[in-house]
Amino acid sequence: MTASGAEAALFWVLAPLMVLAALGLLFARKAVHAAVCVMFVMVGLAILYVAQEAPFLGVVQVVVYTGAVMMLFLFVLMLVGVDAADSLTETIKGQRWVGVLLGLGLVVVLLGVIAQATFPPAVGLAEANAVTNPVALARVLLGDYVLAMEVVGVLLVTAALAGLVLTHRRRLSVRPTQRVLAAARVAALPQGRTLTPLPAPGVYAQNNAMDTPALGPDGEPLPHSVPRVLRIRGQERSATAVLAEEETLVARDDLRLIGVGPTSGEAVPAPVGLVETTSGASPGSTTGGTGTTGEDEDGGVR
Amino acid sequence: MEITNYLGLAAILFAIGATTVLLRRNAIVVFMGVELMLNATNLAFVTFARIHGDVTGQVLAFFVMVVAAAEVVVGLAIIITIFRSRRSASVDDVNLLNS
Repeated sequence: MTASGAEAALFWVLAPLMVLAALGLLFARKAVHAAVCVMFVMVGLAILYVAQEAPFLGVVQVVVYTGAVMMLFLFVLMLVGVDAADSLTETIKGQRWVGVLLGLGLVVVLLGVIAQATFPPAVGLAEANAVTNPVALARVLLGDYVLAMEVVGVLLVTAALAGLVLTHRRRLSVRPTQRVLAAARVAALPQGRTLTPLPAPGVYAQNNAMDTPALGPDGEPLPHSVPRVLRIRGQERSATAVLAEEETLVARDDLRLIGVGPTSGEAVPAPVGLVETTSGASPGSTTGGTGTTGEDEDGGVR
Repeated sequence: MEITNYLGLAAILFAIGATTVLLRRNAIVVFMGVELMLNATNLAFVTFARIHGDVTGQVLAFFVMVVAAAEVVVGLAIIITIFRSRRSASVDDVNLLNS
């Protein structure tokens, strides 16, 4: 029995895509990309199951594999660190070439066996699926394989317990209470801990983002006003760079306004005031903050 | 198209999964290779069920899925435990028993 034309078309469209996605698992640098590739393969397999008169398995494939197993993989990837890349140093010499050779050999052997074997004429499942596919499956599953079914149930419970036990962390010390934490904070004051919350990132005339530090009352940038993660990654901008940028903007505005000035007589006083407010807003965080208090309206002083 | 083409696809997917297990160092990617191999055998089971006109093959594929789900739970829990103690998910770093 040969497959219908529609099924052949489906197969020849899906199979190369699935093989490509599987190769993506082999070659993807990042584990997340590999996981997405495997998901594609699994959805493709579900479609092929439905095409092969196994609709129940197709649904189970989507629910169990793409829905549960691969989501579990993604969660573990998040826990372990998304950008945990492979190390490229070889611990076993020549492992890569031996691996590629074995993989190619496996393909050749398996395809050779399939090509050489004589298969009986395909029967098709029309007769077996006469009572609908899930019912036919249930009759075999709960008839011939009752014992295996129960053993599998025990296996699932054991696996769930194993997951709980393996990821359980035994607490080695007493759980700290609010009072203990507060005392520890106060005790750490001489080491430079602050009791108050950390300062918020800086707000400037042209810039309001997490990566720019705020300026202290003395005009110095506060490094710990930028989130720790950004600092570790080195994605922090320096306050001087931001301020210098704004200075150039103000200077350009000055030039433009001076150029406009002589053409219209009454426009002269207004731009002067404008220039003064803008120039006062951005460098004010450096100069104005020094003499006065820290509660300047200027967001830069925090 | 012959139905045995499905078996060829299953063989190729299985070999790619096996190569992944041999070549990759990240334990999670290796694990996904194992999953790919299990899926490839499932495709072969479903195809044989169709060739022989007997749903037993589909029942076996169903069992493979259940066992794979249980295996994923335990395997990923082990990977997380190792990651907690060694801060690494690379299979090369687990060499405590290596003198």
